[in-house]
Amino acid sequence: MIIRFEKRREPSKVMQAATPIGAVVLTMIVGAIIFDLIGYDGPRAVKEIFFTPIFASYKWQDVARKAAPLILIALGLCLGNRAKVWNIGAEGQYLVGGMAGATVAYFTAGHGGVWVIALMIVAGLVAGALWAAIPAFLKTRLRVNEILSSLMLVYVAQQLLGYLVTGPLKDPNGQNFPQTAPFADGQRLPSTLWGTPIPPGLVAAFVLAFVFFIVMERSEFGLGVRAIGEAPKAARYGGYDANRLIWQTLMISGAMAGLAGLLEVDSQTFKLDLGFTTSLYGFTAIIVSFLGRLHPLGAVLAGLVLAISSVGGQVAQTAVHVPYATAGIFQATMLFFILASDVLVRKRIVIVSSEPARKALGGAA
Amino acid sequence: MNFDFVAAIVTIVGVTTPILLAATGELIVEKSGVLNLGVEGMMLLGAIAGFAATFIASDPQYSDSAPWLGALAPWLGVVVAACAGALGALLFGFMVLTLGANQVATGLALVIFGGGVSSLIGAGFIGMAVTPFDQIFPDNLAQDPVLKLVFGYSPLVYFAFIMVGVVYWFLNKTRAGLVLRAVGENDLSAHSIGYSVIGVRYGAIAFGGAMAGIAGSYFSEVITPLWAEQMTAGRGWIALALVVFSGWRAGRLLAGAYFFGLFMTLELYAKASGFSFLPSQFWAAMPYVMAIVVLAVMSARESGRAEAPACLGKNFTPDA
Repeated sequence: MIIRFEKRREPSKVMQAATPIGAVVLTMIVGAIIFDLIGYDGPRAVKEIFFTPIFASYKWQDVARKAAPLILIALGLCLGNRAKVWNIGAEGQYLVGGMAGATVAYFTAGHGGVWVIALMIVAGLVAGALWAAIPAFLKTRLRVNEILSSLMLVYVAQQLLGYLVTGPLKDPNGQNFPQTAPFADGQRLPSTLWGTPIPPGLVAAFVLAFVFFIVMERSEFGLGVRAIGEAPKAARYGGYDANRLIWQTLMISGAMAGLAGLLEVDSQTFKLDLGFTTSLYGFTAIIVSFLGRLHPLGAVLAGLVLAISSVGGQVAQTAVHVPYATAGIFQATMLFFILASDVLVRKRIVIVSSEPARKALGGAA
Repeated sequence: MNFDFVAAIVTIVGVTTPILLAATGELIVEKSGVLNLGVEGMMLLGAIAGFAATFIASDPQYSDSAPWLGALAPWLGVVVAACAGALGALLFGFMVLTLGANQVATGLALVIFGGGVSSLIGAGFIGMAVTPFDQIFPDNLAQDPVLKLVFGYSPLVYFAFIMVGVVYWFLNKTRAGLVLRAVGENDLSAHSIGYSVIGVRYGAIAFGGAMAGIAGSYFSEVITPLWAEQMTAGRGWIALALVVFSGWRAGRLLAGAYFFGLFMTLELYAKASGFSFLPSQFWAAMPYVMAIVVLAVMSARESGRAEAPACLGKNFTPDA
């Protein structure tokens, strides 16, 4: 018996939808086995990581809070990754978005209201977009690989944050802690809406996911993104400007990450401190975009799955005493499985028993 | 301030060695036409594996039955680190070469995976220390105020220099190196004249992983002989930038590594000396800013564009 991959004429739609689910299930099974083998309670770890946050209602707010930035950032990354523009530095754009918001809050101290909040949101969007414009400029003008330049800018953004909270934006009454003063009441967005555990960021994520979906499917721009990703030469021949798409996808994904950072600062922490760098949503969102098959609605589901596993990682830490890093391993494994399963979308598995194969050969001869 | 020139050089060599090791490995990988972005993850795997192996082998309980084990412990650590890096690399290789997965995304998955696995294993080693794997020459050479410029380093420093030479020789003077370059420049032609493209790339990826693993062990066995999460601090990415900077040439790789090393040392000196007309974060961001500037300068030159292996980052699909 021989197992062989045969190229499909068209990528399989069924496999495209089924493989992410398969990847999550496989991750649970493999994770349970491996953690059992290295001496933890594997099945329990899987249960705490993937199911406790769903069934324990007191974890919902935590899940919703983490899902919001993951989905927002992943939406932008879906766009770029579809066009094969690799923005690996969303984490940096997320950080500058939060920093820009906090800077506006600092200079409008004593003021508040809709206009101040609107200004903060605009600052977050613009800062994220501008931070992503650096790799866009370097890529289109000087052909610098955007993977490396955007990633390097994450480290620069982290240092910039350290500088701001220990220097110019430091809270004078903060007992020398590296943090800004808490934002005034009139500068804050509500941390949850309508008495539910839903933060404003998640509402923005749902609405924008729908907008991105329409744009991807129905607009000239969305068509260009898909065309340049799938058949760059044909797309260029068809009149799509590759450089323009690089600018657009990077600036949009930067703005989305900046918005996510701003919302985190202005609706959750209400101040800027060094803890802002520890979540690394910008990197996890890369997993979200791939697990969601680079589809805006897929990103929503994948963002929820990743948020659940992050919250679950903390649960498992106390319940099963696995290190927190376990959640990271599960997330990376999920990404490995989803990338490996691409082969099933592009190709079909053909199982041929060796007997008829020989007969066929004999017949031909 | 009393500036100690010799100490400065020793520091530069110290911070440069890990990025040089990792970049030398990645050079071979990229020359074969594969872009493995997972350097940082493989370095972390090497860092924890090297530390764990050294720590376990230097346990005094073995000193009666196998007194030689303690002395060999750091060497054993380096070998285990190389194996750990290569294992991570082979996982990447299986994904991209056998299953045809996207190289960029798979490389990133390897970074996240390496970070997670190293933290998981490392959780049991926090707060422990090993004897630093430093000087190999006797004290009268290694501790001499001037001669230590040449003799005062960890064996891994000399190994890094040797490997740059070996890789230069391999790529430019050997038949196998020619085949490797052919696979990276034109995989279809190499395939059609009978070379195994996939086989060559598996070998290159494993070598790159082993070198990244050794680079990681330099952090946990030489620089700070203990384990800390994410202790490689983005140096794997600097190594990737360095390969671009070098124009995929071994000689320029060496020069470039020391250029970056100089900037990383500036950070250390600026912090230590209270050299503070600029904030310390400015100096910490400097190597990364320099990496971007250097990438821009190198990529902008007309000739720079032709230097990258033609098949870099593209999967080999003979049936397409």
